[in-house]
Amino acid sequence: MNKPDSKTHHGTALPAGTPAPDFSLHSTPDQSVKLSEFRGQPVVLAFYPADWSPVCGDQMALYNEMLSEFQEYGAELLGISVDGAWCHAAFARDRKLHFPLLSDFEPKAEVAKLYGVHRQSEGVCERALFVIDAEGIIRWSYVSPVGVNPGAAGILAALEDLQNKSESK
Amino acid sequence: MKPETSIAIPKANLTLPLAGRDHIQGPIDAPVSLVEYGDYQCQYCGAAYPIIKAVQKELGKKLCFAFRNFPLSNMHPYAEHAAEAAEGAAAQGRFWEMHDILFDNQESLDDESLAELAATVGLDAPRLMSEVLAGAHRERVREDFRSGVRGGVNGTPTLFINGVRFDAVPTAEALLEALTERGS
Repeated sequence: MNKPDSKTHHGTALPAGTPAPDFSLHSTPDQSVKLSEFRGQPVVLAFYPADWSPVCGDQMALYNEMLSEFQEYGAELLGISVDGAWCHAAFARDRKLHFPLLSDFEPKAEVAKLYGVHRQSEGVCERALFVIDAEGIIRWSYVSPVGVNPGAAGILAALEDLQNKSESK
Repeated sequence: MKPETSIAIPKANLTLPLAGRDHIQGPIDAPVSLVEYGDYQCQYCGAAYPIIKAVQKELGKKLCFAFRNFPLSNMHPYAEHAAEAAEGAAAQGRFWEMHDILFDNQESLDDESLAELAATVGLDAPRLMSEVLAGAHRERVREDFRSGVRGGVNGTPTLFINGVRFDAVPTAEALLEALTERGS
């Protein structure tokens, strides 16, 4: 349960309409994931500050329960934090997460900086969401107060909107 | 979606209005409604359970309380079957008896325990368990879950008062104050 926080701050998160910067990050100690590999399907990027902190746990746990919903839109979910690949592996195993957690570890927070969601003071990612369309364009972005689990309502609304637009083409 | 709205806070309002499909206590047209999205294996829901009972006692017929399922089943391995068992109990007309005994026995919610609890509250336990194992109530639980996600449920328990998400920690005092305020 999270307390509300009226101080939503947008920072410099890349807005809708911007091409999503490509990146390649480790998803496990010996595997990498490249964003452009998912061209042709929507991608949900969920930046979060850290593995193991209670709120992240809730947020990632919630998304973990929703993978079938995301799949209905053909969307791939990727979690991103500055934690190392071994840390992600332990966290994913502990929480039984069934989606990739990417490690923005070296150079630290480089991808978060590209997306404008780096918290300089703490050296971690913001709690930020991006929905990227099949052509690699950001269609929705949202930065949550760092202590607040943003849930998934916004992601689903954005994915639905994408689907409606592609159907009306 | 317009770029200028792209950073808006997702709405946190009940997307599925309180209706005949819901399990309710109190009159459906009561001045104030409280909807809980909960998980029978979640300790925070367990903590909220006696608080909600106390608030219901205090407000009587002025309050309509509804419970919807939001099992986080990867984290809580028994939550899904527990939720489906409560729905199975509803099919036998005893949802609230099962709801209560599940929260009273949060530590033992494996299938065997579910059958025992069901029998304890006078349900046809073999029928209930065969429905659970056949997934007869899975879709109903999923429907609750989906409606929760759409409405801004981000963990459990999430409460809605008259359709608006209640974000403070649900102590009896805070809850009673909010319910009284919005119900008048």
